[in-house]
Amino acid sequence: MRDFSYVRAATIDEALSAAAMPATMLLAGGTTLIDLAKCGVAEPERVVDISHLKGLDGVRIDGKAATIGALARMSRVAEDPAIKGEFPAISEALWQAASAQIRNMATIGGNLLQRTRCAYFRDPATFPNCNKRNPGSGCAALTGVNRSHAVLGGSSACIATYPGDLAVALTAFDALVHLGDRQVPVDDFFLLPGARPDKEHAMRPGEIITAISVPASPAARRSTFLKVRDRQSYEFAAASAAVGIELGGDGRTITDIRIALGGIATKPWRARAVEDALRGTAFEHDAIKEASRLAVEGAIDHGANHYKIELAPRVVERAILKIGAAA
Amino acid sequence: MTIVETRAKRGDAADGALGGRLSRIDGPAKITGLADYALEHHPQGMVHAVLVESAIASGRVVSIDANAAERAPGVLLVMTPDNALPIKSATDWLNTPPSDAPYEPLARSITFAGQHIAAVIAETFEQATAAAALVKVYYEEAPAIAGLDDPKAGDGMPLDRMTIEWGDAHGALANAPIRIKHEYRTPREYNVPIEPHGLIAEWKGDRLTVWEPSQWIDGMARTYAEWFDIPFENVELRSPYIGGGFGSKALALEHGAIAINAARMLGRPVKLAVTRAQTFTAYGGRPATRQTIELGATRDGKLVSIVQTGANETSMKAVQVEPLGSVTSIMYATPNFSSRQNVVPVNTVKPGALRAPGENPSAFGIECAIDELAYEVGIDPVQIRLLNYAEEDPHARKPWSTRRLREAYAAGAEAFGWSARQPKPRSMREGNQLIGYGVAAGTYPVRRTPGEALVRILGDGSVEVASSGIDMGQGTYTILAQTAAEAIGVPVEKVRVKLGDSSLPRAPVAGGSQFANLITGAVHKAALAARDELIGLAINDPNSPFRDLQANTLIVENGVISSPRDTGAGVGIAEIMQRTGRERIEALRDTLPENLRNEKDHFRNFTTITTMLSPTDGDYSLHSWCVHFVEVRVDADFGTVRVARMVSALDSGRLYNPKLAESQWKGGIIMGIGQALLEEGIVDARNGRVMNNNLGDYLVPTNADIPDLKVISVGIPDTHASVLGGKAVGELGIVGVAPAIANAVYHATGVRVRDLPITMDKLT
Repeated sequence: MRDFSYVRAATIDEALSAAAMPATMLLAGGTTLIDLAKCGVAEPERVVDISHLKGLDGVRIDGKAATIGALARMSRVAEDPAIKGEFPAISEALWQAASAQIRNMATIGGNLLQRTRCAYFRDPATFPNCNKRNPGSGCAALTGVNRSHAVLGGSSACIATYPGDLAVALTAFDALVHLGDRQVPVDDFFLLPGARPDKEHAMRPGEIITAISVPASPAARRSTFLKVRDRQSYEFAAASAAVGIELGGDGRTITDIRIALGGIATKPWRARAVEDALRGTAFEHDAIKEASRLAVEGAIDHGANHYKIELAPRVVERAILKIGAAA
Repeated sequence: MTIVETRAKRGDAADGALGGRLSRIDGPAKITGLADYALEHHPQGMVHAVLVESAIASGRVVSIDANAAERAPGVLLVMTPDNALPIKSATDWLNTPPSDAPYEPLARSITFAGQHIAAVIAETFEQATAAAALVKVYYEEAPAIAGLDDPKAGDGMPLDRMTIEWGDAHGALANAPIRIKHEYRTPREYNVPIEPHGLIAEWKGDRLTVWEPSQWIDGMARTYAEWFDIPFENVELRSPYIGGGFGSKALALEHGAIAINAARMLGRPVKLAVTRAQTFTAYGGRPATRQTIELGATRDGKLVSIVQTGANETSMKAVQVEPLGSVTSIMYATPNFSSRQNVVPVNTVKPGALRAPGENPSAFGIECAIDELAYEVGIDPVQIRLLNYAEEDPHARKPWSTRRLREAYAAGAEAFGWSARQPKPRSMREGNQLIGYGVAAGTYPVRRTPGEALVRILGDGSVEVASSGIDMGQGTYTILAQTAAEAIGVPVEKVRVKLGDSSLPRAPVAGGSQFANLITGAVHKAALAARDELIGLAINDPNSPFRDLQANTLIVENGVISSPRDTGAGVGIAEIMQRTGRERIEALRDTLPENLRNEKDHFRNFTTITTMLSPTDGDYSLHSWCVHFVEVRVDADFGTVRVARMVSALDSGRLYNPKLAESQWKGGIIMGIGQALLEEGIVDARNGRVMNNNLGDYLVPTNADIPDLKVISVGIPDTHASVLGGKAVGELGIVGVAPAIANAVYHATGVRVRDLPITMDKLT
């Protein structure tokens, strides 16, 4: 961990101009930044502390959308009654993430920007080759220890899994990431690694996430987040699914369905093929099972992570059945 | 504060006696932050050392360029093999005499990734860390063997001394009507104590003070004395509290030598704390093991032969044995038996002791195999164990001192509700959850080393107990207070216990589950001697109120002395001490046999393990026993395994404090759940690096993974095992947990997983 200068921004404008300077990183909850600085991945020259900025930690909800301030803590959002009522998948994703201590510190904006758990990415002293840290240097994970790596969205440059849970739920419900005045759909916010895995999101230099908004919908109201892992708590997902569903007046026709997956892809993974296959059909187990297999269309495994290709459709299927059965 | 304030304050009066459920008397200091752990000291002028580790697993260091690091801010020294002061070799824990060659804790020849090759000492930890990253190391790399599964590793070297054989095992197996043969594997597992290893070393002339968590103060102090060529008495090692060791904090390690040497070279106190990542390479955990077990049996499930061949990995430079035949050879009666073991050198740090070394993986093999036999012949898994019950030690051919294993099966099965089990695998289900019941037994030997203790009765009527022995959470402070309180006859809150300092009376290693028995034995003896002297004083001293009674003896109870013939209120101990003008009564006692009661053997007894008696020295075979009953829930689609409930029945003989013994059992059981389902050191075969070298990726159980654990004590006092009747406690609980879970997973799913951990990818 090398020395850095510390700036405490008094206003958003001050933070914005500081953030535009080179080798600068923002500090909010610190749960990711401090961790990455300790393992030598984050080496900022300047840290801009935005944790105390006013007006960025609220949760507002009206008939149309929920707007969550970027500095709202994970635990605060998870227990918000309106979020629980209108977007249960978001609350459940937050509750199942990290540990109580981390949830009490970490902010929503920082949560979106958390970096991968790829062990090669996090060990620069031993593995200098990592295209995410050092573009063009190669990828140690492709032929290394990769049980937790992505089977979807990978490239020959990177197969690191996007680790978060919240972003998966946000992706299912077409959330918008507010970068000041600019708003980017969350599915466009996260980038596929392609040849440049170091570019993880669509933020421009000097931009700061100020809020996230999520449109309200019947599917968001009837939603769930299912996370599967070997350890019951405090582990990243082997596979997860955020699912929301709207049934027609007959109580069995799927009029709307939203599905996104986590733990298996290089970014939060919207499963539109499954949605398309089920929208307009009757809620029926065999059809759901069949359609859920589309979630891993095009998946490529690297040996140890093969099980995710079997696992992910089962997680989708279970989540759909669970939320469809819940009255 | 230096020595802990450990007066007991809570609980009922009855809890204070031996056998009472007194809460840990060091607990309040720990939960209020008053307990001072080794690395929390700040001697004047202290500086910080950070290790530089090898990035390759095999080869040699060609050169080290320390120029940039030496010029970095705050740097005082970049220590390499070329500039380090020489260190002498030391006698090891088996009393092997030291070689004449110097001891070099910084390596030139590399045999594993993460080996210490240099150290940077700077004014601050951050400066040392930053400078350590600037040290450039040039290597000549050689091919490495990543682990037991590496094809280059081969079969390893046979260890003839581990061979156990009787009868004609192979002949009987060939003729057996039922034969089963399977291989069982356990991965590398790590101790990962929450308190990392580390120390603060301070020299004053040729006197050395070390603050360091230690399971064996005297053993480590001797090593330090010999390494740095100073008298043993010149080393003061302080370890009043230990934040977990599980076998890994018993011996002096390379980083200790490096820090002490740096302090000597700089003339300033040096602190060195290994990083979390280095807790995977600065010392070893349990080595990976594999074992093939062949069982021959009659059609009704009676064993006729057991043939076992096993191997564990070890380092390139040293042989560490994880004895795989230790449970196999004593759990069941069989007329024919063969167990052989190899060690396989690979490029790893030398493996070490991790809770129940040997017994743990040994039980995984035989307790899964006997379960497989039960299904093969169609007998209930509990029944097959009783059918093959060993009435005496089948290996040593000696009677058990006590073996309450039948009682354990009965009590455990009853409390668990084993009779509700449907025999067929995959036949119990609730929604998406496949339900499985599993059972497995475990055992741990009773080891015995003589002990020593000092007991003082002070002028105010309070009592002090002193030993260099340690409390790593198992409850030494508490049970010694109970022992002294009961032996002398004072309330337990009148007893103060001092531990963990080499200036106190000697103690052997707190390991092998021997310590509680030997130290309570020594304290009991010393306390009775102090009490006798107190009574003698009260009877004979001209100023004693009992002088005129002409009594042969007196009663000491609840801190009050009285005469058996006199029904008066009695006189407090403090008053007797005051009237007779005594400031203290002091008794230092050991439990050494006569032939060891000389200076040289006394020292050897406490600084090596050469006087430790094996469980079969003497007329009996001494062991603790346990049975675990487990219900697992396996998700039919995901393969995730959750332990829904567990009942364990254990025979550790007499319990000095049931509350603390139960805690130790449960701690072992929780570790066993982790071993069964989560723990595995994952190595990158290309460079031998442990990839999950942190607590985010090396998974140990969280509270959410642990159901309510019911433990039942079925032991009775065993005075063959120890003076006060206890047997082994600390390492017993983990033994048998992993096979019980594996057996339950088979019952739930019909899938037999023979390599730990049982992760979801093995079940889908």
